[in-house]
Amino acid sequence: MYDVQSVYQAKSVQDAIEALGKDERAMIVSGGTDVWVQNREGKHAGLPFVSIHGLPEITGVRIEEDGTLVIGAATCFTDITASPLIQRHVPMLGEAVDQVGSPQIRNVGTIGGNVCNGVTSADSAPSLFALDAQLKLQGAMGERIVPITEFYTGAGKTVRAHDEVLCEVRIPKESYEGVYGQYIKYGKRNAMEISTLGCAVTVKLGNQKLVRVRIAYGVAGPTPLRCFEAEAELVGKPVGKETACLAADLAVQAIRPRTSWRASKEFRLHLAHELCTRAMEQAMEKAGGKIND
Amino acid sequence: MSVGESITRVDAVQKVTGQAKYTADLAPKNVLYAKLVHATIANGRVLSIDGGEAEKVNGFVKLVTCFDVPKTQFPTPGHPWSVEKAHQDVSDRTLLSERVRLYGDNIAVVIAQSSLAAAKAARLVKAEYEEYAPLMSAKEALAHTEHPLHEEKPDNLIAHSHFTVGEESYEQAKAEEPDCLELVKNYQTQTVQHCHLEPAQSYAYMEGDRIVVVSSTQIPHIIRRIIGQALSLPLGRIRVVKPYIGGGFGNKQDALVEPLAAYLTTVVGGKPVMVELSREENFTATRVRHAIEFDTRALVRRDGTLIARKLSAYSAQGGYASHGHSIVANSTAAFKQLYRDRKALECDAYTAYTTMPTAGAMRGYGIPQSDFATECMSDDLALMLHMDPIDFRLKNCVQAGYKDPHTGITFYSYGLEECIQKGKKAFHWEEKRKEYAHQTGDIRRGVGMAIFIYKTGVYPISLETAGARLTLNQDGSVMLQMGATEIGQGADTVFSQMTAETVGITEDRVHIVSTQDTDYSPFDTGAYASRQTYVSGMALKGAAELLKKRILDYAAEVLNRPAEELDIRQNNIVQAKDGDVLLALAKLAEEAQYSLKHSVHISAEYSHHCTDNTFSSGACFAEVEVDIPMCRVKILRILAVHDSGTLINPKLAEAQVHGGVSMGIGYGLYEEMLFNEKGKPLNDNLLDYKLPTAMDSPDMEVEFVQVEDPTGPYGNKALGEPPAIPPAPAIRNAVLNATGVAVDSLPLSPQKLFEHFVRAGLIKEEQGNV
Amino acid sequence: MIKLLNMTVNGRAVSVPVEEGEALLETLRNRLELTSVKRGCEVGECGACTVLVDGRAVDSCIYLALWAEGKNVLTVEGLQDENGVLNPIQKAFVEEAAVQCGFCTPGIILSAVEIVGSGKKYTRDELRKQISGHLCRCTGYENILNAVERIVNELNG
Repeated sequence: MYDVQSVYQAKSVQDAIEALGKDERAMIVSGGTDVWVQNREGKHAGLPFVSIHGLPEITGVRIEEDGTLVIGAATCFTDITASPLIQRHVPMLGEAVDQVGSPQIRNVGTIGGNVCNGVTSADSAPSLFALDAQLKLQGAMGERIVPITEFYTGAGKTVRAHDEVLCEVRIPKESYEGVYGQYIKYGKRNAMEISTLGCAVTVKLGNQKLVRVRIAYGVAGPTPLRCFEAEAELVGKPVGKETACLAADLAVQAIRPRTSWRASKEFRLHLAHELCTRAMEQAMEKAGGKIND
Repeated sequence: MSVGESITRVDAVQKVTGQAKYTADLAPKNVLYAKLVHATIANGRVLSIDGGEAEKVNGFVKLVTCFDVPKTQFPTPGHPWSVEKAHQDVSDRTLLSERVRLYGDNIAVVIAQSSLAAAKAARLVKAEYEEYAPLMSAKEALAHTEHPLHEEKPDNLIAHSHFTVGEESYEQAKAEEPDCLELVKNYQTQTVQHCHLEPAQSYAYMEGDRIVVVSSTQIPHIIRRIIGQALSLPLGRIRVVKPYIGGGFGNKQDALVEPLAAYLTTVVGGKPVMVELSREENFTATRVRHAIEFDTRALVRRDGTLIARKLSAYSAQGGYASHGHSIVANSTAAFKQLYRDRKALECDAYTAYTTMPTAGAMRGYGIPQSDFATECMSDDLALMLHMDPIDFRLKNCVQAGYKDPHTGITFYSYGLEECIQKGKKAFHWEEKRKEYAHQTGDIRRGVGMAIFIYKTGVYPISLETAGARLTLNQDGSVMLQMGATEIGQGADTVFSQMTAETVGITEDRVHIVSTQDTDYSPFDTGAYASRQTYVSGMALKGAAELLKKRILDYAAEVLNRPAEELDIRQNNIVQAKDGDVLLALAKLAEEAQYSLKHSVHISAEYSHHCTDNTFSSGACFAEVEVDIPMCRVKILRILAVHDSGTLINPKLAEAQVHGGVSMGIGYGLYEEMLFNEKGKPLNDNLLDYKLPTAMDSPDMEVEFVQVEDPTGPYGNKALGEPPAIPPAPAIRNAVLNATGVAVDSLPLSPQKLFEHFVRAGLIKEEQGNV
Repeated sequence: MIKLLNMTVNGRAVSVPVEEGEALLETLRNRLELTSVKRGCEVGECGACTVLVDGRAVDSCIYLALWAEGKNVLTVEGLQDENGVLNPIQKAFVEEAAVQCGFCTPGIILSAVEIVGSGKKYTRDELRKQISGHLCRCTGYENILNAVERIVNELNG
């Protein structure tokens, strides 16, 4: 039994927004794979909950006329990984969310929940950062689009207002067309794992040179983050192991991992370098780069 | 023939259909729920408890605090009671405690009408404390005795034991052998938890003036005695029922929540009360494996002869004695039993109270800890001597006919050397050691191995006694009741096979009663010490022989032939000399029951006091791939070779080994309970405590060397616990072979490997923007 | 507040009153007496409470009962045929000695039902991943994988 005052199953996003608006204590729940766990620990105890679980209007993956890939926020991880559109255009994202928790969790947990939790260890986050994802939020005042790089404001904190619902995760065409990526999650075991560190890299090549690079990390700071300066410096560099290593050297300058009981700062820094090197090499290879030294 | 066959488990169908009932499945609808209130400091004293807010929760029934419960102290470990005071377990617990001895100690309990109400109310109970500094290791606790954890032990020392083997001291041996090499090492093992999938739970209710406790336990008869001690009640007024249980691994060889459940029903007028621990409580409020630290010295001649060893073992007990010093005493015994010091072995063992979760029995009873030390030491010595680690072991390990100089336990059926040779061959050991000798690069491979020795049951340290009862049904089938418990290991199945074998019937004619109920089950101390097929098997064999004799005596009467000429085979009374069928057992059984001339109820009950013991042994081989920059170890191959006497059911024996090896892999690579500086647990859940998942578990290869043990009822000896013993050191030694890095503490976690690889110069530390 | 939940459980339509904050685990165990659904951790980490909802494995401890409205729920109690004959997956678990204490067994069998239901073939490592949401302390997963691998090969071969 969860400790709730009530659970209201919204009939639509609009309905959910209205329900949230009625009580400033109201909590939103989608897949529940984090929210119910927290509730059992005594968090959000006795509050009214508004469920957007399985709302059809925010479930599924589609592509818009301009090529923007749209993932409904209530789409579960299993369906994202299985989506032909995801497999064709952003396989990295499908592989990344296929590493969340367990098959049972992935059958219920949603990408919207993963993002809105605001945690730095979210498995979808580094890939979404490296794909320049845009988040469409809907609230009583209407819709707005927030780049994912501006969504997180601190550990567990985001710009989403209390009565706003995340509806879509949008990936613009230029972020995936000709772009290849790799996400590497580091955990202590191979399943049911919270990320110790995660690194996602996307590249676009031209003439065996980097034309466009994105490097993003999870658990390398209080929020997921991008390495903008490193990316800028890498443009124009030739494909190869040396560039992968340079990318890692530059990327670790941007991060601020900390020591926790899960891993020391020094170990995380080391991993950040190693993961970036490997992800960069693999991304370049996928993009047709020849990196044999 | 039934013994030696891989029949399917007798309880498998119930378990795949959901028919098998576990404790929580049996609780009556009107059960009340109890939720423990846990201390939020690791060391100190409760000054006051305020339940004012808790009482307001809808569904609240009662708050019981540490100030309300009886002051009677009782012991909890699942040992047979000793009638000699000197050998009795330490009685250091009360139902709830004013003196806080670990973070999460039980200081109060809320009873409510639902589990949610109980949990809500328990969260609202406030306590005030006087706080002392936590004592996180045995050495720390022995050094800080301003506030002893228990008045009875002012030095925080529960016990110190000492033994020697050989005529001289280590120092004398050292002086005599100036050419010897000496290895000085500190080996450490960590705190781990059993993590049976079914958390500890019990419910209790009253029937008249008797208390009935239904519990997930390995030891129902012992629990009955302990409840009697805790509640100062004669044991005849207590009934303990043990249904199917979802694993135990030694944790449930201890009184966990049973005495409290029994007490709580008495404060609510005998209504049923359920004490169901959460997963988090299961980590901190039940038992854990002792973390043991070994300070060791070893002397070897340059030809690899082990001359002498000296060691001190420090065992962290946690807040309450539970099995206490028995564990480290057993642990250190492996040093003398597994290797032959030609001149001297000196061993000291200390068990100290600490402000950590209470340590108790866990699969292997101290041996996985000492085996880590002995097996690291063997590889470290071999490396120092430029010797193959297997050659070193063969030169120094226990030999056939070994007799423990102190306990007299004898290695009657010796298969260790054959285990080593079998594994060496199957693993292509020499080729692999050569292949992996000079590696460079980030990814390196290695092979390692470890051996072990393990006794069967607890004789002569404790009493070994068991009972069995067989009743002939009118259809010629047999009801089997054991005091020994099925805890997942397959006991009910092998007992059914033993019965079939000895009585002369097929297994489908044996109906075992899986539930133990102290009102009607024969007495047995329960599932622990890998004892049941051996000790309880002896009782069962006695009962089966007696039943068979009674059947044949009756058959002799009916057939008018001497009983000596008769036998039972394949459910028939046959002529012994040629097997000719004379009468179906079913027919005879019906006659015996309903005969108008001479009605007899044929049954047999037998108790056996076992006064023997024997050793099992074996070897584990591991091949690993180490990704140095990623600080990760991947097991490419793991093989366990066991010397466990005659196997009763080879397929189940193999399955038992799989589970043990898996536990050993967790012990070696993943599992450890972590605490902050205040003693608060950090990873008391199954996400942060890294039990291996299917993706972390390699295929496990199993081989047996079957040497019939003359003392085993069917040539058998210990198998339940041993598989969990050698995998961790085998993996550690394989990592040593791969990288040259010797890790002397468990587990080989990524963070620890990182630190070691940096120190060894295999990883260059990153300088980030910090 | 109590609400009426309508769903199909093991092929039978049921209407059952539930609390708004009730987990599906509790509804199945306490109200419908389907005690094969085990409580192991209550936070979606052990998999012992796994049931199939519309053919998909979910941890029923962190699944709101009301979300099952109109859905099809399967537990191992619903796997045998009308004559009580074991489902081939259950049979494989029995024969491969994939069962020890039995506490994780019903949940893993249901994941196996989902795997078989996909109609696909899997490598042993893929099967490891498919069952990685179930913790088992008794078997090291070896015989469980043997059972699942065998049945997937037999039925989806």
